[in-house]
Amino acid sequence: MSAPVLEIKNLNVGYGLGDQGVRAVRDVNLTLHRGEVLGLAGESGSGKSTLAYGLTRLLAPPGVVTGGQVIYHPAEGEPYDVLGLSDERLRKFRWAETAIVFQGAMNSLNPVHKISVQLTDVLRAHEPKMSETSRLARAREMLKLVGIAADRMDAYPHQLSGGMRQRVMIGMALILQPQVVIMDEPTTALDVVMQRQILGQLIELRERLGFSVIFITHDLSLLVEFSDRIAIMYGGRIVEEAPAAAIYRDALHPYSKGLLGSFPALRGPRRELTGIPGSPPDLKGMPSGCSFHPRCPKAFDPCAGNIPVLGRPGTGDGRTRSVACWLHPTEEPVG
Amino acid sequence: MRFFLQRVAFYLFTAWAAITLNFFIPRLIPGDPVQALITKYQGQLSTKAIESLYVLFGIDKNGNVWSEYVEYWKQLFAGDLGLSFAFFPTPVSEVLSDSILWTLMLVGVTTILSFVIGTGLGVLAGWRRGSWTDGLLPVTTFFSSVPYFWLGIIAIYLLTGPDSFFPSGGGAEVGLVPAFDMYFIPSAIQHSLLPALTILISSVSGWILSMRNMMVTVSSEDYITVAHAKGLPERRVALGYAARNALLPNVSGFALSLGFIVGGTFLVEIVFSYPGIGFQLFQALGANDYPLMQGIFLIITISVLVANLLADVVYLFLDPRTRKEG
Amino acid sequence: MTIPTSSIEQVIPGQGSMAQPEAGKPAKAKRQRFLFLSNRKAAAGLIILGIYIVLAIIGPWIAPFDPGARGEDLMQGPSSEHWMGTTHLGQDVYSQLLVGTRSVIFVGFLAGIVATLLSVIIGVTAGYVGGKTDEVLSALSNVFLVIPALPLIIIVTSIMENAGEWVVALVIGFTSWSWNARVLRAQTLSLRRRDYVEAARATGERSGRIITFELLPNLTAVIASGFVGTVIFAVLSEITLAFIGITSSNTWNWGTILFWAQGQQALARSAWWWFVPAGLAIAILGTALSLINFAIDEFVSPRLRSAGKTKIKTNSGRTVRMRIGFTPVLSNSPEPITHASPIPVVDHNGATPVVRKEHAS
Ligand SMILES: Nc1ncnc2c1ncn2[C@@H]1O[C@H](COP(=O)(O)OP(=O)(O)O)[C@@H](O)[C@H]1O
Ligand SMILES: [Mg+2]
Repeated sequence: MSAPVLEIKNLNVGYGLGDQGVRAVRDVNLTLHRGEVLGLAGESGSGKSTLAYGLTRLLAPPGVVTGGQVIYHPAEGEPYDVLGLSDERLRKFRWAETAIVFQGAMNSLNPVHKISVQLTDVLRAHEPKMSETSRLARAREMLKLVGIAADRMDAYPHQLSGGMRQRVMIGMALILQPQVVIMDEPTTALDVVMQRQILGQLIELRERLGFSVIFITHDLSLLVEFSDRIAIMYGGRIVEEAPAAAIYRDALHPYSKGLLGSFPALRGPRRELTGIPGSPPDLKGMPSGCSFHPRCPKAFDPCAGNIPVLGRPGTGDGRTRSVACWLHPTEEPVG
Repeated sequence: MRFFLQRVAFYLFTAWAAITLNFFIPRLIPGDPVQALITKYQGQLSTKAIESLYVLFGIDKNGNVWSEYVEYWKQLFAGDLGLSFAFFPTPVSEVLSDSILWTLMLVGVTTILSFVIGTGLGVLAGWRRGSWTDGLLPVTTFFSSVPYFWLGIIAIYLLTGPDSFFPSGGGAEVGLVPAFDMYFIPSAIQHSLLPALTILISSVSGWILSMRNMMVTVSSEDYITVAHAKGLPERRVALGYAARNALLPNVSGFALSLGFIVGGTFLVEIVFSYPGIGFQLFQALGANDYPLMQGIFLIITISVLVANLLADVVYLFLDPRTRKEG
Repeated sequence: MTIPTSSIEQVIPGQGSMAQPEAGKPAKAKRQRFLFLSNRKAAAGLIILGIYIVLAIIGPWIAPFDPGARGEDLMQGPSSEHWMGTTHLGQDVYSQLLVGTRSVIFVGFLAGIVATLLSVIIGVTAGYVGGKTDEVLSALSNVFLVIPALPLIIIVTSIMENAGEWVVALVIGFTSWSWNARVLRAQTLSLRRRDYVEAARATGERSGRIITFELLPNLTAVIASGFVGTVIFAVLSEITLAFIGITSSNTWNWGTILFWAQGQQALARSAWWWFVPAGLAIAILGTALSLINFAIDEFVSPRLRSAGKTKIKTNSGRTVRMRIGFTPVLSNSPEPITHASPIPVVDHNGATPVVRKEHAS
């Protein structure tokens, strides 16, 4: 496996403080390697967006990062903790090293500025020495990259279709050639055809430009198709992480199995759609032990008592995957 | 462009409605007071002037309303608004043209200034939420609840006096002839400071509050998060992204509130005996000078409509969505 | 006179999605209504307003003097006998203020009710029926919106000789409904597109029923805010009319006090007790009403609610401010917060699965 580019260490993110506070992301450990597409899946409300925004400190109040580190490995130089950066350095870090395509892509563009302005103001902020002409040239180049005619430079967001706006956002994310691109359900608002078209394009760009992607969705079948590794989140924790094929073939955590059963696979053999009974846990009253145990078809004695650690299972491919489940004894914890 | 033409059509329609209203209101007056006034000035009025007053007030009960209405419009286009009783025998149009400039300077300039200052402070208060600017809010709420004229009274009480820099009333030093010269202009400015400050203090709070609320609302839009994620400088996010969008509803609010503001500022003119339209209205009320009242209502309405149109043009420039739709 | 400051009044075409009421099914709305009272601004505003209303009722009875009765002490400052001093005729200013409260509250509320009824009828009809009706009603409200209300009110009341409270209230009510009608129309439009209203229409429910049971409960906050706004405007207008001396001077209100104070050179004679109390009474009433409106605003668009604590302490003892764009980091420690247990190698094939406890929901 190649070198890590982003290491999330025991990240904890919550909303509010004290009694009213809830913990939405709990002790998450996750490593993104160079050039890979890491999928992050889980039901809505499992904390995926909170994780994505928390690691770049973009959560609006009452969001707080209550602990952990996010170690970033720049292309050259020593790794550093993103959460420890000063505001000024964090501003420089953002978009140049890690760009984000947001969940609400429809509203991600400022309605009163032209596309060209929104593309070039990134360059103005990060590369002040660049001339206006070369900024515009670069912006045009990015639009071409994502398949938008250069004459749309002067368009306002309301003049573009949803798919086009999403492409503009992807082009904008790549304009500084970041090493990491985080995409939070970038295609949920689009129709299925558009979704796959845009994702296909993204994967192709990744091969060309060599960035890494954290791809967030609640649609596991999309991930199975497009990502290299998949992490499954439940109740703010990572419950399983494995190569995409391994998840698809034999998911270890009962929750992963349930998730796989909730979506029709687009390729490969048909499976029965089973879904998961029950509803996601309430952050205010998290079940004791493994938070999935009240919904788990395989729950047994230890599940309600203790939180299982995320660790390497003793299966044959145990070196490449990890799981947090009492059914799967760990040989060594990760993180 | 279509947006613009629509607005122009709407304002023309409103102007028509206001003028028609203006035509009918006096017809509600029981004939006696006007008749009495006409009788009082009998000898001094020309037949033509009397006729014109009849058209304005519909005193001639046998007259046909429709033909009077047509006649009324003809008079309007000829610039004939009748004779003022209070300033007899000056025509209303002349009284108005003397006072409109005063009002435009005082109310026009302070209203725009108040909008600009209030919006600026509102941007600060909304962006730096939870900082000291939140302490401004109770104060501004209180000041926006104070009637303009009462604040004027207090200002006169506290700040004027025999030795004070601020004169307690009037538009300029008595005896100075209105002209663009080094005697009149400084005196006029000196006289307008206190009324202007009064209007400013009582109207600025409203703009602070509404801009602050719009900033807060806009700040949680997705594109603001994107702007932060892009690593843009704080100023750019606050002004180019948040304030720029929060401004839009405030500009339309400005246009729509003009009708309210104008009413309040007139009272300030009255308190300061400032020779503008509002003070004329006060004098017209005292003298039952109906032609002048009508003329004043007309000119206020039309000024507000023009100001609205200007605000619409500004909005057109600010919001690309309205611009491109047409 | 006042610039409407509430943000739900900032409903502009194309910006309608801002400040919409929470998707409120009646059950949820009831709980929120209770929450509304726990808002400090609402509580303060309602308490002050309550005091004014009580004074409006009992004012004339508890006033120590007849407000019009002349006395011995002319132009006297506050004393134990005359708490707020006396006028040039020796009338008791405190009594005038107390007696005048009734007229102010009466006109404010009557005008508020008239304007609110008109705005609900016109605004909701325009929004709900749509089409030509909407166009006509919208044009009507826009015309009334841009025609300057106060000058119109002044001219109309001055033409009606010695207009009394009823006339004043009705004239104000009939000229100041347009802003609220516009807001209500926009809100109705957006509510009409909600699923449950669409569903009710589809099942052929009568329009009257839909409006009464589906729309109006969700418009309560907007209607209330409009009512409060109109009351502020009406109170200021009534006082203005009295101050410039065009309404009947038989009834006392705060404007009448200011009218006499201004006419009798209270300023030049430094009789501050004559004009300060009435102005403060107006300002405090206005502030109370604005507070109620702020609370309604915050209730309708939760984004405006104050974020509670904005300064927080990090684990290392530094203070950071909560702000958009830079989430505070409380601790940089890479240690886990909860301790998860490593899973022992057990032969779980033999373990008996526990019966899952069903949730009581
Ligand atoms: N502003 C907030 N205040 C309190 N809780 C929040 C807030 N935003 C999100 N949450 C809670 O955090 C949890 C995780 O949300 P999120 O990260 O958006 O999930 P996902 O992206 O996986 O759908 C949810 O249970 C949600 O209720
Ligand atoms: Mg999400």
